[in-house]
Amino acid sequence: MYILAIDTSNQVLGVSILKENEIIGEFITNLPKNHSVRLMPAIERLMKEVNVTPKQLERIVVAKGPGSYTGVRIGLTTAKTLAWTLGIPIVGVSSLQVLAYQGRFFPASICPFFDARRGLVFTGLYQWNGTALELVADEKNLEMEAWLIELAEKKEQVLFLSPDIDIHREQIQKIMGNLAVIPEGPFHYANPSHLALAGSQMDTANVHQLTPNYLRMAEAEANWLKSQKESK
Amino acid sequence: MGAFKMSKKDIYMLGIETSCDETAAAVVKNGTEIVSNVVASQIESHKRFGGVVPEIASRHHVEQITVVLEEALEKSNCAWDDIDAIAVTEGPGLVGALLIGVNAAKALAFAKGKPLVGVHHIAGHIYANRLEREFEFPLIALIVSGGHTELVYMKEHGIYEVIGQTRDDAAGEAYDKVARMLKLPYPGGPQIDRLAAKGQESIDFPRAWLEDDSYDFSFSGLKSAVINTIHNAKQRGVELSPEDIAASFQASVVEVLTTKTVRAAKEYGAKQVIVAGGVAANSGLRQSLEREFAQLDVPLLIPPLSLCTDNAAMIAAAGTISFEKGKRSGMDLNANPGLELI
Ligand SMILES: [Zn+2]
Repeated sequence: MYILAIDTSNQVLGVSILKENEIIGEFITNLPKNHSVRLMPAIERLMKEVNVTPKQLERIVVAKGPGSYTGVRIGLTTAKTLAWTLGIPIVGVSSLQVLAYQGRFFPASICPFFDARRGLVFTGLYQWNGTALELVADEKNLEMEAWLIELAEKKEQVLFLSPDIDIHREQIQKIMGNLAVIPEGPFHYANPSHLALAGSQMDTANVHQLTPNYLRMAEAEANWLKSQKESK
Repeated sequence: MGAFKMSKKDIYMLGIETSCDETAAAVVKNGTEIVSNVVASQIESHKRFGGVVPEIASRHHVEQITVVLEEALEKSNCAWDDIDAIAVTEGPGLVGALLIGVNAAKALAFAKGKPLVGVHHIAGHIYANRLEREFEFPLIALIVSGGHTELVYMKEHGIYEVIGQTRDDAAGEAYDKVARMLKLPYPGGPQIDRLAAKGQESIDFPRAWLEDDSYDFSFSGLKSAVINTIHNAKQRGVELSPEDIAASFQASVVEVLTTKTVRAAKEYGAKQVIVAGGVAANSGLRQSLEREFAQLDVPLLIPPLSLCTDNAAMIAAAGTISFEKGKRSGMDLNANPGLELI
């Protein structure tokens, strides 16, 4: 059984191929370059390298966000179309969940996050329980400062994982002090092999109904809803 | 040539279009015959914003794309083996919207090992007409929509020379803005057309002819004139009839479009004149062009309403010509919002 995993939800472009429970190939870059141009060539090249044809794929796994709206849609469109065309199951995995795999052996809460500008982040709280990754606090889009104050109140260690760690490092250390654990560079990037692994064990989705995990309404829609409420 | 064509295998092209607010897929045979044509319109969703919101459009596209593809393929009764190639709009349009079609098309082409052809959206609008009648060259095409106002000269299939274009607003854009001034619901074009039919051309709005030999257009001056007229009347406490404003505005747009198209058809010795794009559905424009070209005895092609607005059959039709000419796109095909027509 071959699984193809695709992640273009953030700056990392990741593709991996899982055979049974083994990763047989992986392509990953962490560059501010166009995912739309590079994704299919990356898939094509990797599949050629490991000698797998599209027909041999039995499942597609995709990182469904949060992250860059455009990036998330590039990955999801490609994954959905591949799954539909090939008639194989698809699984969408939260991009935060994939990132939490980098803290596989951390004994307490893990806080993966992506910067969402203007002091906001997309985040949630995860914890490993044996081999299971559990969601401790729902994923949301909120102000980093408020979130950190909430975390600090628990008086427990938290592992912070984020490609945007440098934007928030100072504030994390200020509010969390010694409770904050921040690892070295490479641990802050989602790995497509972890995505494949996570997706291999999850329930599949209906291909037509699989939608991005934006965690935030489009601005125009939010404004429109606000104006509707005000006029009532 | 005829015998060669007869012996040639039929070409079935799967087309995909997502450049603005329609998610569309279609199968077209030999570039001339619609086998299936599915369009999921987002108009209802964008109405509340008074126009197309790019982020909302992209969100709808990603939700609809596989649904629309499935329906188009099912309705065509084609198996994947029957499909010869995939054609997709690569530009111009909204970049986030285009990306959905482009990435879906690449995934299809890769999964099924089919050739991929990137198509210019305006070439698609022109080729919507070939689904009704075969082209005769040279021809002149007038493309009018919310995003475009262009005169294109074609001396053969797949070769486009833009001889005139708008220097500011597209005709459809001016329609939408005037409709908003008149507090008409979105999309405003059909609303103005409806009002205009009931009104009198009582206000003398300007016609922007530009330089004598120019085929370019300009509608921002007209738009400002309409806005000023409405504004001044309001200040003087005069009630202007919206029907008359619509009729007078439409008369200006239609006269300029008709006159320049007629002049181009004469100068280039056109054997056919083609009208394409959303504004081709406008009854005032249709009537005016029909009247003029009947006198000139030049055949005028205007697609049926369903083929005037964005659809994927037109992309498949234009893509078939590119495909026959050997054009192929790679797996690095990208959305190109500012793509030029060449
Ligand atoms: Zn169009």
